Amino acid sequence: MLNDNRIRVITGSYGTGKTEFSVNYALKMAAAGNKTALVDLDVINLYFRSREKQQELEAAGVRVISSSIKGRGADLPAVSAEAAAPLQDTSWQVVLDVGGDAMGARVLSRYRTYLQPGEYDMFFVVNANRPETATLDGALEQLEAIQRVSQIPVTALVNNTHLVKETTLEDVIRGQALCRQLSEATGLPLRYTSLLETLVPQLKTTEILDGIIFPLSLMMRETWMS
Amino acid sequence: MSKVLMKGNEAIGAAAIKAGCKAFFGYPITPQNEIPEYMSREMAKSGGVFVQAESEVAAINMVYGAAGAGVRVMTSSSSPGIALKQEGITYIAGAELPCVIVDVSRGGPGLGSIQPSQGDYFIATRGGGNGDYRHIALAPASIQEAVDLVTEAFDIADYYRNPVFVLADGMIGQMMEPVEFRDMPSRELPEKTWATDGTKNSRKPNIINSLALDPAVLEEHNIKLDKKYQQMEKNEVRVEVFNMEEAEVVLTAYGTTARVAKNAIELLEAEGIKAGLIRPITLWPFPHQAFREIPGTAKAILTVEMSMGQMIDDVKIANEGRLPVHFYGRSGGMCPEPQAIVDKVKEILGGVK
Repeated sequence: MLNDNRIRVITGSYGTGKTEFSVNYALKMAAAGNKTALVDLDVINLYFRSREKQQELEAAGVRVISSSIKGRGADLPAVSAEAAAPLQDTSWQVVLDVGGDAMGARVLSRYRTYLQPGEYDMFFVVNANRPETATLDGALEQLEAIQRVSQIPVTALVNNTHLVKETTLEDVIRGQALCRQLSEATGLPLRYTSLLETLVPQLKTTEILDGIIFPLSLMMRETWMS
Repeated sequence: MSKVLMKGNEAIGAAAIKAGCKAFFGYPITPQNEIPEYMSREMAKSGGVFVQAESEVAAINMVYGAAGAGVRVMTSSSSPGIALKQEGITYIAGAELPCVIVDVSRGGPGLGSIQPSQGDYFIATRGGGNGDYRHIALAPASIQEAVDLVTEAFDIADYYRNPVFVLADGMIGQMMEPVEFRDMPSRELPEKTWATDGTKNSRKPNIINSLALDPAVLEEHNIKLDKKYQQMEKNEVRVEVFNMEEAEVVLTAYGTTARVAKNAIELLEAEGIKAGLIRPITLWPFPHQAFREIPGTAKAILTVEMSMGQMIDDVKIANEGRLPVHFYGRSGGMCPEPQAIVDKVKEILGGVK
């Protein structure tokens, strides 16, 4: 797990769970003793961005970079110039948490210089329970739009099919069927299947799932949220 | 149909289209932008129209026009934008036209913040427009409920020929939850014989108007409207009463705050303190009866809001002086924590004992 290229770019349609995946990824990296930076490039959403968990992340040893404008209420698509630092400094392991859809991916083209083949992985996160990406056509359209706008090729898929706390294994398996179709259509491998850590014990055998099992602990949901 | 994961704002748009909304007029403002964004993409696909107006005032007047033509129509905005729409809303109510207005509310006063707030209770229940008018105000506490209420809102609006206001705080607009688009019970609705949709040379022209210069005529109109509002008060109250049996303290909250309050009730239960919840689903008409039915075990009421205390006035009216009414609120875009509510309940009970 986590044995990907130094810069991990997390993209996808909004609502796929990119931020949960990014935050969990960065925490796992830091826990394994890596010098880890999480760059929140989300200029689309205003709520539930990884910067809201800056304190928890920094306490766990993750460097968090987001807007140059402090405060979580800023309705401005600003990204700190600091974002380029861990991309340039190869001693850092980096997770780029990108905003949803092609609109969110637009900001990526700014960092294209650093995203050279072999230097980065760009994951396309799939949630088959989101209406826009529930079908092969829908998912393909999103994936192609993100590549077109960012001008950066996706390198692998992540199946993160969920219904937040109501997620069942059936959801994950249904998402996998879609990812297999998407994989066949694009030639992209499915690198991770991420699912709630509470679902992992229900797996009788991990062999039913493709890719590496990535247990998720929900960091962005308040206790009162479903 | 199986569940999908949707953001509140998108789900509100999808529900409106499913309910037969054929016209949407709006203007961008955070945190409701996904509604016009969704409508701009989806309305044309279902044979409807989307217009991004030049302002909120223009948008609500377009709603006035479309509603007058008998079309199912919606607008959405957030707090400062809703304030701008008030003139149009009273005109629409005066002219007895159906429409749905969605407020995804944010911190105030003034431009305030973009984070969730319930500081629009007054504007939702008292209105900011002039004259004796009322409208039903629906307050969903989940994305599913937002979908169900928006779907029904169009029927309610047509039934009474009156605007229906949906108050969803920014958290409901921005949060993602599983949702199912199910068939809702629909009302028997009269034909819109009053609509300005062309005489086809077979009837006299219909007139849509809120001006009545003769005081006797206007008073008659006010009495007619008031009878309609009384019908709404009689027939449209919605409330969820939760965990009330033997409750020592009764929490009252709506929307997102009710979710947090329920969580606090679970925490209190674990400590052996019984707390109940009255969750108004219609803020107007307010669920007075639920307060009359509070069990004798209750020692106090605690109103929880994401404001400095706006619903508390209605709670006091409904309580009719029976129990002490306390308040806990966060404002400016801050969301209450369940533990803070627990602490407040303990403080109240400590004081009572």
